[in-house]
Amino acid sequence: MSTDRNLIQLVTPAGERISHPEFDPWVKDIGDEQLCSLYEDLTVIRRIDVEATALQRQGELGLWPPLLGQEAAQVGSGRALREDDFVFSSYRENGVAYCRGVDLTDITRVWRGTASSGWDPYTVNMATPQIIIGAQTLHATGYAMGIQNDGADSVAVTYFGDGAISEGDVNEALVFAASFQAPVVFFCSNNHWAISEPVRLQSHIQIADRAAGFGIPSLRVDGNDVLAVMAATRVALDRARHGGGPTFIEAVTYRMGPHTTADDPTRYRDANELEDWAAKDPILRVKALLERKGLLTDQVQQHVHDKAESVAREIRSGCIGMPDPEPMDIFKHVYSEPNSWLDRQQDHYARYLASFGDPAGATPEEGAR
Amino acid sequence: MTQMTFARAINSGLRKSLENDPKVILMGEDIGTLGGVFRVTDGLQKDFGTHRVVDTPLAESAIMGTAVGLAYRGYRPVVEIQFDGFIYPAFDQIVSQVAKLHYRTQGAVKMPITIRVPFGGGIGSPEHHSESPEAYFTHTSGLRVVSVSNPQDAHTVIQQAILSDDPVLYFEPKRRYHDKGEVDEGIDPRTALPMDSARVVAEGTDVTLVAYGPLVKTAKDAATAAADEGISIEVIDLRSLAPVDYATVEASVRKTGRLVVTHEAGQSGGLGAEVAASITERCFYHLETAPVRITGFDIPYPYSKLEMHHLPGLDRILDGVDRALGRPNSLSGLEG
Repeated sequence: MSTDRNLIQLVTPAGERISHPEFDPWVKDIGDEQLCSLYEDLTVIRRIDVEATALQRQGELGLWPPLLGQEAAQVGSGRALREDDFVFSSYRENGVAYCRGVDLTDITRVWRGTASSGWDPYTVNMATPQIIIGAQTLHATGYAMGIQNDGADSVAVTYFGDGAISEGDVNEALVFAASFQAPVVFFCSNNHWAISEPVRLQSHIQIADRAAGFGIPSLRVDGNDVLAVMAATRVALDRARHGGGPTFIEAVTYRMGPHTTADDPTRYRDANELEDWAAKDPILRVKALLERKGLLTDQVQQHVHDKAESVAREIRSGCIGMPDPEPMDIFKHVYSEPNSWLDRQQDHYARYLASFGDPAGATPEEGAR
Repeated sequence: MTQMTFARAINSGLRKSLENDPKVILMGEDIGTLGGVFRVTDGLQKDFGTHRVVDTPLAESAIMGTAVGLAYRGYRPVVEIQFDGFIYPAFDQIVSQVAKLHYRTQGAVKMPITIRVPFGGGIGSPEHHSESPEAYFTHTSGLRVVSVSNPQDAHTVIQQAILSDDPVLYFEPKRRYHDKGEVDEGIDPRTALPMDSARVVAEGTDVTLVAYGPLVKTAKDAATAAADEGISIEVIDLRSLAPVDYATVEASVRKTGRLVVTHEAGQSGGLGAEVAASITERCFYHLETAPVRITGFDIPYPYSKLEMHHLPGLDRILDGVDRALGRPNSLSGLEG
């Protein structure tokens, strides 16, 4: 077993700001105002998650992957990125998507099933969620090789969970990133659970320690500490921007909710564990820090509350108001160029729909289900 | 016109693509310094540099997955899979990512990736070096699949594949790499016969014989041999396996009334089944006899001493032609 490296931590669970000579300089620009802004982000993202979960329970979304407990890992890293950096994430990084400026309605689009993706990746420099575990790490590495070829100083950042580290793709991505010294940051959100499988099933050593075997420097950071995550991510980004190649970040956090709304974690994990982690809640500690600094005024609290509620309203109305797609949309964008096979099937299906006498609105009933 | 080998013709097409578009980038195992195990990329890294012709670590899924990332970034990667049997580690990236990303992003992200695959048997190789996996990919929507049969098409179609905004699997018949042919390197791929068109390579009136890749030569030889017996075979080189240019096949079958399809890949669920079914649907009343498939068997690719039993040869194809014509053949007397 490897040595138990201390977590990089700048704010304790009790909200105490502790000094860290190596990482403090990386967040020295985070003053009172920025701290309040991070608090707002964390709160809004949790509110989005609550609203989306409710929308799923009410039948408005087919599925939702909650990120409860992982807000700091997503905000701390998401807010460290530059606009021209490019994110390749899993399906749980809806908080990162918020930080990237993804339209709120677009965040729910794919989960409502009105389209196969929510947004145009190029408008926010973030690929749409990847469901195949770990596949996106290779995309980020290839994108980073492209950045390198272009002589640019942007960075590709890929998010994945602790379950993904067992996937061949993630390991191959680390090989390629190291071989080509590609400007890519591997951000592993170790939330301790891959659906029902505990992290110890994926790795016998601390995840961050694996990176050394690939020749990649790593950082192990308290994923519930938004400042520490931001500092670590900035270190990694800076290294990549200046030709230092890839960095592996393990953000140690906890998935406080289910894997998705279809999951029932009471079947596989101990309630005490949840309680332990609730004490390390990423939002409570920022709140405590603000309180210590005398920044948690009624005005700030009211503002953050209002913002979160307005975002929740927006996501609800955007989701429910989303128009259903047209039946013939299923044929769109399979190819960039005409395809004789598909064109024929499309034509035949249009004729079939038209045979109901209402070309626009015909919907094949239960038989198609 | 220049006389050159099949492999050289692909090399020349790749060179043109590299010259014409700085976004074209070649990736694969041993393709740089060595020039590829079949020398198809010979000399390209020397002339275009290690950033345009990239020797990669040995990880097929990563080669494909990083190609996806490069395509996101606006590149047009051309990936070499060293042998047909080595493509399976990359299968997930091809099927779940390369094929679907354009659809999954509502057309926002294009995947102009060309995947070169030396395929097929007949070279006496050990296992995993002689496979015909094309049907896995023709069954996958979002991909285009082509296979070429002669140096000129090899030269033109590789450029068309790279120009295509859709992902293309380009199957190279490895046992034909050393065959020579005349190649006009001046042909403009943009105005040449489109890559999704089939071509009638021998005209005939009695039976339509559909082949692609390595078996086009065998099919043409069969047509020549049959002509001596007074049988007129029309040979169609499919070229595109997904989509198949059914209009060309259908026009031929309407004329001949008989169809034989041949490929090295196993029979069940193969491309021959698809061609036979589609042509039957489209021109059933023009068929005089049931379509015939002459294919590899539903076995793992056999050890090389027996591979010629597995690969459809001239005689087995002619036996199938006899069946289509209702002449005495090896299955005469059997029902169905």
